[in-house]
Amino acid sequence: MRLRGVAAGALTVAALGLGACGNGSEPSETITVFAAASLTEAFGELAEAFEAEHPGVTVRLSFAGSATLRTQVLEGAPADVFASASPAEVAALDGAGLVVEERALASNALIVVVAEDASARIGDFADLANPGLRLVLAAEDVPAGRYARESLALADADGAFGEGFAARVLANVRSNETNVRATLAKVELGEADAAIVYASDLRAANADIRAIAIPERFQVAAEYRIALLSESDGARAFVAFATSPAGTAMLARHGFGAVGATP
Amino acid sequence: MTALRARAPHAGLALLIAVFAVFFVLPFAGLLERGIGGSGTWDAITSDTAIDALVLSLWTSAVALVIAVVAGTPVAYWLTHARFPGKGAVEALIDLPIVLPPTIAGVALLTAFGRKGLLGAPLDDWFGLTLGFSTAAVIMAQLFVGAPFYVRAARAGFGSVDAQYERVAHTLGASRLRAFARIVLPLSWPSLAAGAALCWARALGELGATLIFAGNLQGETQTMPLAILSAFERADGLTAAVALAILLLAVALVALAAFWLLSTRGRGTP
Repeated sequence: MRLRGVAAGALTVAALGLGACGNGSEPSETITVFAAASLTEAFGELAEAFEAEHPGVTVRLSFAGSATLRTQVLEGAPADVFASASPAEVAALDGAGLVVEERALASNALIVVVAEDASARIGDFADLANPGLRLVLAAEDVPAGRYARESLALADADGAFGEGFAARVLANVRSNETNVRATLAKVELGEADAAIVYASDLRAANADIRAIAIPERFQVAAEYRIALLSESDGARAFVAFATSPAGTAMLARHGFGAVGATP
Repeated sequence: MTALRARAPHAGLALLIAVFAVFFVLPFAGLLERGIGGSGTWDAITSDTAIDALVLSLWTSAVALVIAVVAGTPVAYWLTHARFPGKGAVEALIDLPIVLPPTIAGVALLTAFGRKGLLGAPLDDWFGLTLGFSTAAVIMAQLFVGAPFYVRAARAGFGSVDAQYERVAHTLGASRLRAFARIVLPLSWPSLAAGAALCWARALGELGATLIFAGNLQGETQTMPLAILSAFERADGLTAAVALAILLLAVALVALAAFWLLSTRGRGTP
């Protein structure tokens, strides 16, 4: 009985599929979008709005650290669109001849997040160098980790926080996470005292964590880029939608800055 | 006619076996092809990251194995012979990590031993002791996912020993411990060695729980699987990941061969 039910279901699905094909007026297409982990909520909403506007196009989303996504695409993962948190990953794909076209998507700022329990010990950016602090960063090869280290280098060069500031902060690093959301999670769980993540990640944080601003002169603007990797019409339309005023407004609601904005 | 009929399924079976074999051989062939042909493989294998990760992986998995054997052997022996209500539940609980995805194991370990965990919170409050991000956390994750394999195999081994032998040994005046060491242990040796090999292999390959519970820091918590995952993020893409994978594969093969020798050579007779 059960098998027959399944068979009947399969037939129904097949018939529906044939019907859809026979219709012909609305081409159905599935596009695969690879996006940086920090874009998780923003691109979820973006894809929904895009699908509503383009019936017949289904968006499949895959989120991970930009560096991981880059390697997957280089190894032949079938992505139509790649949204990266930094230009370097897109450039790597371009170098391999995989990019049809690319453009700027958004910007993001860096922020320090502090676990509730540790907030008494960490009042400002300089406190990240306090000995014994449990700090977590994204790995050096992940955009968020790269930007964070750039920001520390700026502060180090400035000298305002004393000799060897960056080295003292990096000595507190207890883990190098594979993407920025895993980094944030370690603070949300209370396992780490603090982390450097994107300002937009705060909207996705669900625990009691405190945010500390990074002084403007040590800020590093994260530059998000979106690349079209296939000639598919649906993918082209998605890139256009993401970079349209409506797309930009949606990203802004999730805490992302305008293209070229300096935080 | 009969010969043909007899051959037909054989051809089909042979094809099935061939496809199955290719499925398992091809990924290793791919690794070797990439690794041996690729430039930078040697540099990646001899890098600080690789050596730190390999050393950490080897000693933490060895410690996890020793704990699993020392604590798991009496538990397995007791479970083989004890009769009590709820025994099935205890056995299922011990087997649970085998079927659990490692990421769940990681989250579960956090809820118990993390800074806000059941035991982790009081440890942190009273003694300032935190397990997360420590090498101890790596070993705990490995023990959690690996030990059940050993206990399971040991139970099967102890269960297959005829209880008559032990009883005879007792009547001849042997103490329980002596009977265990001279009769039960030699007879169940192959099962114990096989279980130990599985436990160690699982500990060596542990990724998900370690990443969540112990973090990823070179020399402290970055074991080989984590180093391979991290290499995937680097600009040279697969080169370093492939090189590290080949290194781990070679080490695992040598160790498994050693376990195999141990289980066949060490087999004693009562």
